[in-house]
Amino acid sequence: MSLEQTGHENPALAGADFPERARLAGAPVLPDRRSFLRCALCVGAAGTLGTLEQPLDATPAAPTAQNRDDSHFTVEARFYEKLPNRRIRCKLCPRECTVGDRERGYCGVRENRGGTYYTLVHSRVCAAHIDPIEKKPFFHYLPGTLAFSVATAGCNVNCKFCQNWDISQARPEQLPAEYVAPQRVAELAKQNRCPSIAYTYSEPVIFIEYLMDTADAGHAAGIRSVVVSNGYIQDKALREAYGRTDAVKIDLKSFSESYYRQVVSGELKPVLDSIVTLRRMGKWLEIVYLVVPTLNDGDAEFRDLARWVKTNAGADVPLHFTRFHPEYLLKNLPITPVPTLERAKQIADAEGLHYVYIGNVPGHPAENTLCPKCGHMLVQRMGLEITQMLIDKGECPFCHQPIPGIWHA
Amino acid sequence: MRQETITARRKFLKNFLANAVVVGAGDQLSLPVAASANSHPARSRVVIARDPQLRGSGSSVDSQHMLKLLDRTMQSLFEADRADEAWKKIVHPGQCVGLKVNSLGGRGLSSNPVLVGAICERLQQAGIRAADIVVWDRDTRELERAGFRISASGNQVQCFGTDRVGYEDDLAAWGSVGSRLSKILTRRCDVLIGVPVLKDHDGAGVTMALKNMYGAIHNPNKYHPNGCDPYIADVNMLPEIRTRMRLTICDATTACYEGGPAYKPQYSWHENALIASQDPVALDTTGWQIIERKRAQQGLKTLEADGRAPRYLSTAADPRHRLGTNDPQRMEKVETALA
Ligand code: SF4
Repeated sequence: MSLEQTGHENPALAGADFPERARLAGAPVLPDRRSFLRCALCVGAAGTLGTLEQPLDATPAAPTAQNRDDSHFTVEARFYEKLPNRRIRCKLCPRECTVGDRERGYCGVRENRGGTYYTLVHSRVCAAHIDPIEKKPFFHYLPGTLAFSVATAGCNVNCKFCQNWDISQARPEQLPAEYVAPQRVAELAKQNRCPSIAYTYSEPVIFIEYLMDTADAGHAAGIRSVVVSNGYIQDKALREAYGRTDAVKIDLKSFSESYYRQVVSGELKPVLDSIVTLRRMGKWLEIVYLVVPTLNDGDAEFRDLARWVKTNAGADVPLHFTRFHPEYLLKNLPITPVPTLERAKQIADAEGLHYVYIGNVPGHPAENTLCPKCGHMLVQRMGLEITQMLIDKGECPFCHQPIPGIWHA
Repeated sequence: MRQETITARRKFLKNFLANAVVVGAGDQLSLPVAASANSHPARSRVVIARDPQLRGSGSSVDSQHMLKLLDRTMQSLFEADRADEAWKKIVHPGQCVGLKVNSLGGRGLSSNPVLVGAICERLQQAGIRAADIVVWDRDTRELERAGFRISASGNQVQCFGTDRVGYEDDLAAWGSVGSRLSKILTRRCDVLIGVPVLKDHDGAGVTMALKNMYGAIHNPNKYHPNGCDPYIADVNMLPEIRTRMRLTICDATTACYEGGPAYKPQYSWHENALIASQDPVALDTTGWQIIERKRAQQGLKTLEADGRAPRYLSTAADPRHRLGTNDPQRMEKVETALA
């Protein structure tokens, strides 16, 4: 099962950009991550592939340790404080791990070495790909464009439904990776006609130093940055890091603390705080809510969520209810029934949210953007493809209602 | 961490789908009788064997003294007249025996290679081929730093880390977290002997037999919240570990009572002892007492007062896990010393 959705050729969008986008985005469906990584980085990418090729059985190929010098990925972390006895307290995410010498934090990608805390994943890209920005999903941010998408190993939570657990729950040394310096990411994005760099797949919070440096490099090259994050981050880090980016999508995984504790291994409150802060910072924000059957699909929860979003983030923030597919530790649950997603949308619509979408159901009418005033369809989507785009200068062409979003690069 | 998948999926996905893991699935796993809780005798024997002369007049452990100390430990544990009789109770010719050492603490505070060498010698005398003994931990470089000589071929004892062969693609889960297991464990070892070190641990309180198994999973960082409780117990419930585990010989030649698990010379001392048991919970409980005694001598708070009492021990002993006993009344503690 894969949520990868291939788009349709769009006659209505036969402008110069879109065939190019189809060529770039539609191509790679590759057999493994190594090829996947190579493909995404192949346009002039320098360096050699990672050295973690493993034999099939449990007999090492050679009697000496592999060359795994990770010094070029190792950079002092930015958000932590030193404690007595060579211990540290990480101040990046609300978990605030206290980490002894030679140990790592919960995310597995930050290590205390003699009382100094290091990220082990700066420029250590384990997944890179060129995706339609709708895949993130961003529906109101540069629609129809491509995002040069990168990830490193690691995550600061452990969602039991994670589809990318093989990278998010791994330690960096367990995955093949490329050294891709921030400037190189910007170059590759530009070469591949991607107006944005997306930090995605695993969790950008845990590679925040790389994100910050890459966002700066991108801006210097005229490339924007978009973040796909769980929002489980401390306020200072959020402001400093996400403040350098242009748009943020937050995975709001539930509206209940107990779900966050039991299914996510995190907390709800800091995520809500992040959403409020991002809005105050004026960042373009979209919210995704993955609807997991029996766990976070009650009417009351949908209603509470919608009310909270309207009050704290505003009715114009796009809210995506997306379909769950059984993965990782929740393989015992069914795919989310479409009527459940429709019920969620109905409730959120009724609460007054203007842009409520249904995701991971290709072809569903709730993938489209309608004018909240006159009801005309303004953006028609089919999976990850845009099949009709009528928004003109940020307005509904029928009633001139402003439609919030960043519609053009 | 989301459902926006990367394009390429793991090659083993199909295989993984066929071996679906669900939360709590471990609860239903039926363990082989040999490894079930019922295999623990009514009282769990824990041997603490000391040798004040273990280092002779120097600071390094003497190999001849170590052999004698190991023999005394094994004979006491298995009530055997001869050491080889004791070893034959847990291993059989033709089996591959994994020695899971702890090499995190460098040369100062890792499983002592002299002890491991002595175990290898006795295993061979019990009929195990040298090449069927694998000394392993998570990382080959850490093993080297701890003083082990890496070898992965030929008719000699094998020694390397999981980084050299990787982890299983499939997920193993007992409790709330899933992990990929070391292929050394799953593909090489018929029998597992833990050779941890007696140490304080900043999160768990102490680390010995049970926490040593964190070195067998790919994501130990996910098992550290809440003082590693219930995670330490959960990891040891994984059938791949539980069915292989026969014995723990804890290296207490150099131990650490504060600031662990990394080596800090100011908090380390020479206990010159081995602690052995087939009950890892009883062993850890006994080791905890030794650490508390040392902390008291040094004027430090108890681990309880420090907010670090090893709560994982009662979880490991609870009816859900039954990995052993943490009840001193159900332990038979044997202290012995070489003259
Ligand atoms: S970023 Fe990682 S190390 Fe820091 S607090 Fe969060 S989980 Fe812990």
